Amino acid sequence: MKRTKVLSNLYLALIMLFLYAPMLVMVVFSFNSASSTGVFQGFSTKWYGELMNDSVTLQALSNTLVLAVVSSLIAMVLGTLAAVGIHSMRKKWVKTSAMTVTNIPMVNPEIVTGVSMMLLFVFVGKLVGASDVLGFPTLLIAHVTFSLPYVILSVLPKLRQTDRNLSEAAQDLGCPPLTAFFKVILPNITSGIVTGLIMAFTLSLDDFIISYFVSGPKFQTLPIVIFSMTKKKVKPDMYALSTLMFLAVLLLLVLMNVLQARAEKKEKQALRAKTEKGIER
Amino acid sequence: MKKTSLAQKLINAPYMVWSVLFILAPMAMVVYYALTDRDGNFTVSNLASLSSYSETFVRSVWYAFLATVICLLLSYPFAYIMARSKASRQRMLMMLIMLPMWMNFLIRTYSWITILNNTGILNSLFEAIGIGRVQMINTPGAVILGMVYNFLPYMVLPIYSVMVKLDQSLVEAAQDLGCNSRAVLSKVIFPQSVPGVVSGITMVFVPCVSTFYISQKLGGGKFMLVGDAIEMQFQSAYNYNLGAALSLVLMLMIVVCMLVMNRFTDDNGEGAMLF
Repeated sequence: MKRTKVLSNLYLALIMLFLYAPMLVMVVFSFNSASSTGVFQGFSTKWYGELMNDSVTLQALSNTLVLAVVSSLIAMVLGTLAAVGIHSMRKKWVKTSAMTVTNIPMVNPEIVTGVSMMLLFVFVGKLVGASDVLGFPTLLIAHVTFSLPYVILSVLPKLRQTDRNLSEAAQDLGCPPLTAFFKVILPNITSGIVTGLIMAFTLSLDDFIISYFVSGPKFQTLPIVIFSMTKKKVKPDMYALSTLMFLAVLLLLVLMNVLQARAEKKEKQALRAKTEKGIER
Repeated sequence: MKKTSLAQKLINAPYMVWSVLFILAPMAMVVYYALTDRDGNFTVSNLASLSSYSETFVRSVWYAFLATVICLLLSYPFAYIMARSKASRQRMLMMLIMLPMWMNFLIRTYSWITILNNTGILNSLFEAIGIGRVQMINTPGAVILGMVYNFLPYMVLPIYSVMVKLDQSLVEAAQDLGCNSRAVLSKVIFPQSVPGVVSGITMVFVPCVSTFYISQKLGGGKFMLVGDAIEMQFQSAYNYNLGAALSLVLMLMIVVCMLVMNRFTDDNGEGAMLF
């Protein structure tokens, strides 16, 4: 029994080594004193300083953040409305076809989604006679489009859990439909909306493939700048940036983990208190 | 009643318009470009010229298949061990699995070059222990390794999510009834985990078969995949019509694969119900 435990721990460790080896390389080489990403020559923090002066990268970073914030907010509003609409569809075939269309961006390979949107933008651009249509607006449209299904699919289950009679009851009691929605339905689906928003935000931050096809030289996101850099030679300040991002994500995940653990503990205690009360009775 | 139905229509309208404009219209554009020439006249020559890409298609499917199988073999035990750990440990493993997904995949893939290079970390290690240099970068193995590395979490997570819900009493019942551990795995655990396995397979296979960055960086551009061919037509050769034809075939290929997969799960579901 003990041997299987050792073996399974060893297995987990090996997989983790595989997943984290490139990240380790990234962190180590961000402190390299030479400008090589192949040979380590000595410790230095100069790339972190260089990063602060790299205007292209910093501009791309801010572009990425702006795009992620705007696109995830639009996707949140549009996706929530869509989920409410899809949920209230009565005819089965209408609902099924709406869900099929919703699933297309999730099922399609990213490269096909990117290419297809690029073709649409180029086609429309040709019609209106604009030569370079690709830029912030096209990126925004693409990011909203690929985030929408994730918002819809995280809101829909919450709507299903919500009692349909609640909003009808509110309306019977004289609430106008819109007020009923804001006062009765919205509080019930908030957690789903927030999950969708977070997913949309992270997807937008990290997207390369779709952005690559629908962006132009006027507005570049970080992944696109990184891509054009890896075509030549990566400067270690990219590694410095990735290391900083890695730390930020790590911090965020640890925080979420701790909060979750605390919430679960509380729940357990509440449950125990409840059962004890029941026994006393 | 009439009022609500109007409200419903209004609430649906924005998304309906959006999905027609930006989901369905782009798909139509792919078909349109694939079936026309540069001047917009109807032609099948784009589709006809795809025959010269047959090797590329076969290679893409083969590499993606291998990567998916390796992912499955690596993930299954991992998800199993993870699902049977303590809650706190499960949370930590989950975090560790998800963390790489949040990092830029270009940088992570690029880092593998440092590890696999002829003068890289692994080869220095090999030389130190006397094995000598091994050519690893720019081989099919490196491309498949890159695929496995990038998409492993997409296989672990869905399998884990079904494993965690797996009814432990069934396993115990099978053991009590004299099943050895292999029989427990094949007759009790595996059948229940099929939905997770199937969604893991699609989540890994689709990005693998359509990737272009991994093959360019770790394969040195020597092993062209469908994704590379599409990227080339759109970003350097500027033959959108041929690129659209390639995308169309890739899309159809994946739809067929998904239908086959879905059939597989349906049959399994029915089988389970019959039992």
